[in-house]
Parts: sequence; C-alpha cells; structure tokens
Amino acid sequence: MSLTALPEAALASLGRATLAALAALGRIALYAASTLSHIVRPPFYRREFLTALLQVGWLSLPVVGLTAIFTGGALALQIYAGGQRFSAEAVVPQIVAIGMVRELGPVLVGLMIAARVTSSIAAEVATMKVTEQIDALVTLSTHPMKYLTVPRVLAGFLTVPLLVGIGDIIGIMGGFLVSTEQLGFNRASYIKNTIDFLETADVVSSLIKGAVFGFIATLIGCYYGMNSGRGAQGVGGATKNAVAAASILILAANFVLTSVMFGS
Amino acid sequence: MIELSQVTKAFGKNRVLRGINLTIPRGQSMVVIGGSGTGKSVLLKSILGLVTPDSGRITLDGVDVRETERDAFLARFGMLFQGGALFDSLKVWENVAFRLMRGHTKRPKAEAHEIAVEKLRRVGLKPETADLYPAELSGGMQKRVGLARAIAAEPEIIFFDEPTTGLDPIMSGVINELIREIVTEMGATAMTITHDMSSVRAIADQVAMLHDGLIRWTGPVAEMDTAADPYLQQFIHGRAEGPIESVR
Repeated sequence: MSLTALPEAALASLGRATLAALAALGRIALYAASTLSHIVRPPFYRREFLTALLQVGWLSLPVVGLTAIFTGGALALQIYAGGQRFSAEAVVPQIVAIGMVRELGPVLVGLMIAARVTSSIAAEVATMKVTEQIDALVTLSTHPMKYLTVPRVLAGFLTVPLLVGIGDIIGIMGGFLVSTEQLGFNRASYIKNTIDFLETADVVSSLIKGAVFGFIATLIGCYYGMNSGRGAQGVGGATKNAVAAASILILAANFVLTSVMFGS
Repeated sequence: MIELSQVTKAFGKNRVLRGINLTIPRGQSMVVIGGSGTGKSVLLKSILGLVTPDSGRITLDGVDVRETERDAFLARFGMLFQGGALFDSLKVWENVAFRLMRGHTKRPKAEAHEIAVEKLRRVGLKPETADLYPAELSGGMQKRVGLARAIAAEPEIIFFDEPTTGLDPIMSGVINELIREIVTEMGATAMTITHDMSSVRAIADQVAMLHDGLIRWTGPVAEMDTAADPYLQQFIHGRAEGPIESVR
C-alpha cells in the first residue's frame, strides 16, 4: 500500500465504523420502540416482573451503597483540599450535596447497574438464546419480548430511581462522616447547609436520570442478549458489548439530560 | 396434514433449503434424515415460523401458515428441542405446565401441577422430580421433561429435534420407545429430525432424506432399505464411500 493510500484507508475504516455504530443505534431505537409498545399491551407477566424487581433493585443495594459512601467521602476530601486554595473550605456540604445529587449519584448508580444488571441480563438472555429456550418460549405461545424484556425494562425504569435516591443519601452521608469526623465540621450546621442548599429540582433531576439510566441499562442487556451469537463466545461477546454500550449510552444520556435540565 | 411446496431459505450466500417439497400426512410419523448441516433444523423451524422462508409455501390442513392466527397455530404444536431447552429458572413441573399456566388455555395452578405430574409419570419420571430444577437432572431426564412439556397440552402435532443426541444407546432406546408410544396413543402427527438410524426405525412411518437443500428420497420406512437411491443407501449404512462427500 502506498503512503497516499493510508489516510484514505483510515478514513474508509472510520466511515465503516461510524455507519456500523449508527446502524446499531437505529436497531436499538427500534427495539426500544417495540418494548414500549409491548409494555402497554397485555399479557403481563407478574411473577417475572417481581423477580426482576428483586434482581435489579433489591440485590443491587449493597453495590450501590458501597459505591456511594466511598464516593461521597472522597468528594468531601477533594472539595476541602481544593477549596483551601482559595479559602472556600466551608462549601464542602453544599458541593457534596449538589455533586452527589445532580451528577455523581445518578451516573455512578447507572454505571454500577450497567456493570451488575446489564451484564447479568445479557448473559442470561444470550444463554437462553443459545440453548434454544427463546425458541421454546415462542413454540409455547409466549412472546419473548413480553416475557423477558418488558418485565426487566419496567423493573429497571422503576427501581433505579429509587436506587439513585438511596445512593444520593448514602453519598451525602459519606461526605458528612468524613467532614465531621476528619475535617472538623460541625454536625448540625453540615446537615442544615446540605438541606438548605438542595432544591427540589436537584432531587427530581436525579430521579429522572435514574429512570432513564435504568431503562437504558436493562434494555441494552435484553437487546444484546436477544441478538447474541452462537456458543460460549457469542454469550461472552453479547455480555461485553452490552456493558460497553450501556455505559456509553448512560454517559451520553447524562450529558443530554444535564444540558436539557440545567443548560440554561 | 402439513405440506411444504418449493420452500427455500438462505443465510447469506449459504442456500440451506433449495426448494423443499414434502407432505406429512395427518396422524403419521415422518422422520427427516440427513447429515449434519443439511438444513433439517431450519426445515423444522420454518414450519413453526421460528425461521422465515425466503420463498415457497407451507400449509397446515390446506391453510397457508402465514395466514393463520399465530397463537392458535402454535397451540396445535408441541416440540421437543435437541438440548431440552428447559427454562433454568423454573421448576420441572413449571416447565411442563408452562403453556397450561398462560394464555387462552390457562388453568388453575393446582390443576396445572396435577397435569404436569401426570405427564412426568407418563414419561417415566417420579413425582419427586417435579419440584427439582432442570440443572439438577441428567441429560436423559431433561429429555424426558422436554417430552412431557411437548405433550402437556395434548397437541395435534409434535416435532422432535434430534431426540436422542447426546444420550447413551439404552437411554436413546427408551426415548425412542416413549416417542413411538406417545405419538400412537395421542394419534398425533409427528415430525422428527435425526441422523440416528435406530430412532428412524423405532419412530418412523414415513422417511424423508434431506441432502444439499433438497428432499432426495421419501417413502414408507419399510421401503427404505430396498430403495435404489444411492444417497439414501450411503447414509443409512453409514458408508464413507458414495455420492455424499465426506471429509476425512
């Protein structure tokens, strides 16, 4: 290959990758539309929904709690250290609160859900596909979208905002503990500053982000599981791609939502 | 009666079915034989609508399957999958009673459980098996559970996808006998795909041989050994030499 052909080949390769990514995004959008249309039409599978609530919500609590408390603590230390440079150490409670509620809480919970739930859903559904369990569902007159995707996506949409709310509180608690036990802040004034500074819009934005991230994380897990390749390699590939896609989409959605809600 | 007329299916450049013509008479047991990768599973899945053919027509009792109401159509079928395809997250009895607990044929839980235990007994499994999970069963037991699930709603038509693959010869014989008995006592139409000749002789009324995307030969099982078709003879006698290319 000549030297002049190299940039051309690189551009062609970039173009192909872009087209493939856009095509995948289009397929995911169609899958999302189909999921939404099935959510509002019977039959509904109550038992599968309750199981999904447990898997997505309740069992994610430990990882969400641990992530939030350490992040809140680290955030307090960072703000205190940074604030010292311009004598603004006192803003630790306010910045921890706003940082956790508006940004870190939803994003970290979203990413934790992508790691824990998206991977688990993708691997489970992909295994079901590889072992013909999804074909078996069809022959038993059960729509895989209704039986597998709808309960999980609905559970993600409903429980992740709750997880985000809990994560926000635990994160603020982490900041509170570090600030009061290590940095010498007064407990009562820390709590008062936090409550006074936070607005309803901050909390609502956090919960909205949680709902969107929950929808994305569960939908992507189901999508990649349903479209998995064959064998163990197919299951592994579906899981890996699902986690990567969910993480990227959550971060992209976070930017869009933040721009919409706080851009002005 | 199931009829396939000029059915084709390709995956990319790989033309798996090249114009299948096949009739499965009502109440008969048709076994489709052929080497690995010849499209037997695709043929079976095309009838059920799990794979959409590129062209051709498939009819059930004279009605094009694309024009039938999907749930009503599928309610007439039962299927035993190659690996069992049991749902890991459900107990054995819930697998067997899956159809009975959902949709138009929904029954009370106790009744569905009772039917499931009865079907398990019919395939030679004890009632204690009902409360186990599929992962706790051996391969042979999983096949039996798959068989119980296939017959639970007493379908008119039952499909068997490689029913003896992965089983030892004795268990294969047991499954073959069960299939034959159940199909006979239910009066069901059956279609089995396999490359196990002992299954063919135990299960079949009619045999069709699929090779290179086409039905090479079809006829009663009694005529299979005396048929002149060289492809069929090579296959049923397992000869390396013959018109079917084998890779060494």
